[in-house]
Amino acid sequence: MGKTFLRPEALSDVVTHYCPGCTHGVIHRLVAEVIDELGIRRNTVGIAPVGCAVLAYNYFTFDFQEASHGRAPAMATGLKRVRPDLVVFTYQGDGDLASIGMAEIIHAANRGEKFTTIFVNNAVYGMTGGQMAPTTLPNQRTTTSPLGRKVEEVGWPIKVAELLSALETPAYITRQSVIKPKYIIKARKAIKQAFEYQLEKRCFSFVELISTCPTNWGMTPVEAVQWADETMLPYYRLGDYKTPEKIKASPAAPVRRHDAK
Amino acid sequence: MDKVLMKGNEAIGEAAVRAGCTNYFAYPITPQSEVAEYLSRRLPEVGGVFLQGESEIAVSYMIFGAAAGGARVFTTSSSPGISLMSEGISYIAAAQCPAVFVNIMRGGPGLGGILPSQADYLQATKGIGHGDMRLLVLAPASVQEAVEMIMKAFPLAEKYRNPVMILGDGLIGQMMEPVTFPDNLKTEPSDKNSWATSGMSTRGSDQRNLVKSLYLDPKKLNDNNLELKAKYDQMKREEIRFEAFHTTQGYKVLIVSYGTMSRVCRTAIEILNEYGFSVGMIRPKTLFPFPEEAVALAASKTGCEHVACIEMSMGQMVEDVERAVKGACPVSWFGKCGGEVPTPEEVVAYVKSLV
Repeated sequence: MGKTFLRPEALSDVVTHYCPGCTHGVIHRLVAEVIDELGIRRNTVGIAPVGCAVLAYNYFTFDFQEASHGRAPAMATGLKRVRPDLVVFTYQGDGDLASIGMAEIIHAANRGEKFTTIFVNNAVYGMTGGQMAPTTLPNQRTTTSPLGRKVEEVGWPIKVAELLSALETPAYITRQSVIKPKYIIKARKAIKQAFEYQLEKRCFSFVELISTCPTNWGMTPVEAVQWADETMLPYYRLGDYKTPEKIKASPAAPVRRHDAK
Repeated sequence: MDKVLMKGNEAIGEAAVRAGCTNYFAYPITPQSEVAEYLSRRLPEVGGVFLQGESEIAVSYMIFGAAAGGARVFTTSSSPGISLMSEGISYIAAAQCPAVFVNIMRGGPGLGGILPSQADYLQATKGIGHGDMRLLVLAPASVQEAVEMIMKAFPLAEKYRNPVMILGDGLIGQMMEPVTFPDNLKTEPSDKNSWATSGMSTRGSDQRNLVKSLYLDPKKLNDNNLELKAKYDQMKREEIRFEAFHTTQGYKVLIVSYGTMSRVCRTAIEILNEYGFSVGMIRPKTLFPFPEEAVALAASKTGCEHVACIEMSMGQMVEDVERAVKGACPVSWFGKCGGEVPTPEEVVAYVKSLV
C-alpha cells in the first residue's frame, strides 16, 4: 500500500482567496499538517490577523478568533491565561506583527506567554495593496516607497527574530522559509517544534517564515522565489535564534542561560 | 452579611470576585490603580487570573480574547485609558461577546488631571467606539452601589452578549465607605457553547466556533447591525434604572444629576426645601439606556418651571435631558470641570438663580 496524499483534517475544503504563487497556501498547509500530526485539532484555537490572512479562519476547521490589526498576541494572552489547556496560536503578517503590533509581540514574548506565533514575512503590506512594511528591504520599491526604501530616511528593515531573541525570558525563536522545498521541510519541523514546546507548557514559540508576495512585488511567482532567495535570505538569515535551553551568544558576550523548566 | 469599610477601588475588585469573575487584565492609571493592586493579591487567593498588560490597548484585546473564549472577565481604567480601549470595545460589541469595563473618570480632555470628573458621559453613552454599537452604562453614586452594579454587570453582559460599563469617578474610587457584598448577587456564568471559542473537545462538539466582526458582504454586515440594534432596543425596554428624589410633592425646579454629583445635589435640595424652595431630582442609574420617559414626566409635572442638569463636565448629559424634556420647560446646565466638585452652596445659589 502506497502513501496517500490527503487534505489535512485541519484544513477546510474550500478555495482560498490567496493570489497564485502566494506562500500563505504552503504555510496554512504546514500548520494544518502539524496540528493533525499532533492530534490537537479539537483543542486548538487560532487567532487570525488583519492582512491577507484575515480570512484564515475560513481555511481551518477548528475554533478561531479574529483580532484587530496587531493585537493577536494580546488576544492570545487573554485566551491562554484563562484557558491554559487550549492550544493557541496567532498567525500574523509583517505589518500586523512588526508595525502596529510590535508592542504586543514583544511583551507577549517577554512574559513568556505559552502560545505559538506564525510570522509570515514577505517584506510588504499585501492586503492593502503593497505599501512599505518595517521588513521592506533597502531600495525595495513599494507603493509608499516608490523610489525604493531609503534607509537614511526610514531606517533599516527590522529583524524580528533577532529582536525577540534579545529578551531574557526563555523562548523558541526561529526563522525559516517556504520559498523552496528544502526550506519547506525545515519549516515544517520548526512549526512542529514550536507547537510541541507549547504542549510541554515550556515557553513562547515563534516561527518567522520568509515568504513571497508576487502580486505586490510586481513579479511572477517564479521571479518572486528568486528575488526572495537572492535578496531576503542574505539579510534575514535562517536558523534557530533561541531555544528554551539557551540564547545564542554573540561573539563578544558570554552565553546567557535561563533554562525554562 | 458583614459590613466592611473599604476603599472604592478595592471594593470594586472584591465585588467582581464575589460576583464570580476571577479574571482581570488591567493597566495602572490614576485614580484607579488600587483595583489592580488589590486584585494582584486577591486573585491568586481564589485561583484566578491576574495580569498587568503592557498598555490599555493590549488590555482591551486580552479582555476580548478571554471573553471570546467563554470566560467572565473585566478591566478597570480611567478616561485616557478608556479612550485607548475604544477600538477593542467596538470589536467586542461587534463580535457579540460579554465583558465588563469600569471607567473611574478623571479630569480631561487629554492628559487632564487626576481628580474626579464626569466628562466621559458622551464617550460612554454615544461614542465609545466606531460603528453602530452601544454600551450598557451603569452609574453608581456610592461605593455600595458600585459594588452592586458590578455584580449585576456580569449577568447583564452575558444576557446581551455585549460589553457593559460602570461609569464611576475618582471619588467613588478613592472614598472609603461601608460595603456589603450581597450573596444573592453572585451568579453562575451563562452557557456559551453556541458561540465561544472554548475548544471543540471542551464542548464535545464537531462544530467549530468563530468569533469575528468582519462581514465583507454588506447584507450580512447590515444583518449583524440589525441584531445589535435589537439588543439595544431591548435594553431600552428592560434595563432603565433611575431614582426619584423629592418628586412626590410639587417642585419649581427639577435637577437631573448622576453619580457622586447627585449626592451634592441631595444636600442642596435638602437645604433648599428647608427654606421652602421646592426642588426634586431624577438620578439616572443607567445612562444608556437613558430614563427619557422618567425625566420627561418629571419635567412636565405641574409647577415645574425649570430643569437643571448638574454634572462635573462642561455639559454632556444636558443634551439627553433636553431631548427628553422636548421643550416642556427650559433646560440649563451647571457644573465644574477639572476635578473641582461643586459645593452644595454653589448648587443652591445656582438653582435659586433660575426662578
